[in-house]
Amino acid sequence: MSALRHLYGPIIDNNPITLQILGICSALAVTTSLTTSAVMSLALITVLVMSSLVISTIRRHIPSAIRLIVQITIIASLVIVADQIIQAFAFDISQRLSIFVGLIVTNCLVLGRAEAFAMQNPPGPAVLDALGNGLGYSLILLIVGFIRELLGAGTLFGLTVFPSVYDGGWFTPLNLMLLAPSAFFILGLLIWAIRALRPAQIEPSDYKIAIDPNRRAP
Amino acid sequence: MPDLNPISWWLKLLALPNESRTKTLVVAFLVSGICALVVSSAAVILEPMQEANRAAERQARLDAMMAAMPGMEEILAEADADTLNSVVVDLKNIEMTEIDPSTFDMRAAAQDPETSTIIPPEADIAGLGRRADYAPVHILRSGDELRLIILPISASGYQSTIHANLALEADLNTVAGLSIVEQGETPGLGARIEEPAWQALWPGKKLADKNGDITLTVVRGRATNEFEVDGITGATRTGNAVTEAVHFWLGEYGYGPFLDKLRAGALEQ
Repeated sequence: MSALRHLYGPIIDNNPITLQILGICSALAVTTSLTTSAVMSLALITVLVMSSLVISTIRRHIPSAIRLIVQITIIASLVIVADQIIQAFAFDISQRLSIFVGLIVTNCLVLGRAEAFAMQNPPGPAVLDALGNGLGYSLILLIVGFIRELLGAGTLFGLTVFPSVYDGGWFTPLNLMLLAPSAFFILGLLIWAIRALRPAQIEPSDYKIAIDPNRRAP
Repeated sequence: MPDLNPISWWLKLLALPNESRTKTLVVAFLVSGICALVVSSAAVILEPMQEANRAAERQARLDAMMAAMPGMEEILAEADADTLNSVVVDLKNIEMTEIDPSTFDMRAAAQDPETSTIIPPEADIAGLGRRADYAPVHILRSGDELRLIILPISASGYQSTIHANLALEADLNTVAGLSIVEQGETPGLGARIEEPAWQALWPGKKLADKNGDITLTVVRGRATNEFEVDGITGATRTGNAVTEAVHFWLGEYGYGPFLDKLRAGALEQ
């Protein structure tokens, strides 16, 4: 049973985006619509699970001097293969994701799981942990994508939900939702909401702001 | 007697301490070798499908533009299908070439120093850097008379290179249509140049004023005359890029000399 904790732990309690604040760059860039968020999530889950499986399988034979290079080589190869597959089977989505599939290589989430978990654990738990982290990442991506596409374009998965004024409806799309800052706002609000519900996630302050009671204004 | 059994070599290797130099080297080479094999086989196996996707995309855009143009269907119906000629034009020597347009890749040609020209910085309003010396052009004739010509144009936009097809009517001054082939501008703002509603603003616009200067511009706000196209709110720089693409490609370093020659009737194949 304890093995399953690796799977559901990272989904909310230890979510890679909202608790560890990893993988923010792609979370900002690809969440302008639900379709791109979903494809990005699938690509990341696949790469994360495969890389954890491979790295965990050969973990005892990776010399520690070159372990990061070996991990990155494996991750980068898997990312290129995933990118090629998306370009072959989902061409129009690959054009909208542009470089962000390729940038999964630099997503700290993938290397982080490889280095922190897969290097120390057997393949079974490593795959569960990767799947859990991938699902946690996907959950946040889909929530942000849902809000941004609904409010920014009035559609979901490209289907009209609120008819926009450009097509004779009543809904004025919020263009801000389609720009990167809105993803920051939504992520910030999400993190606030989760930490309000789960106070255990609140981190202690690194330092206190001290105000000297005798201090005089200059 | 030396041990030649590969399995026992392999077991011996695995038994080596991880920090030994031999094992480090072998692991590094094995990992990179296997990864290279996986990546290159994926690329080779999937290449035909990706190429088919790209070709289908280009064809679909061209078809969509043809379908959107007023009067196109009658022209195509009265003429044979093969009167839509695709030719690769040599922009340097201003002549038609024998290059097969179905296999010609203008973007690859623009990268290759052999088949491209560096645009002088002061003339490079579209921010392209290099221009391919050859361009695939579609010409529609009914009988001997020129009806329509479709020119590929491009410019660097706000955050991507915008590629488009510009169709001109027989007077080579009236726009018959504009179709954006590829862009990666801000979704919801600049990317709205892909919307049919915006592209529908183009037919009927005039390129050059009576002095022959290319005047057609994407303006801020509403267009007030036939040399202006409505801009998109929040996408000024994308609109400017489309303007620059038109100005550059119809100018001296683009199709300008070719169109002059075509107009003079000196370019019969």
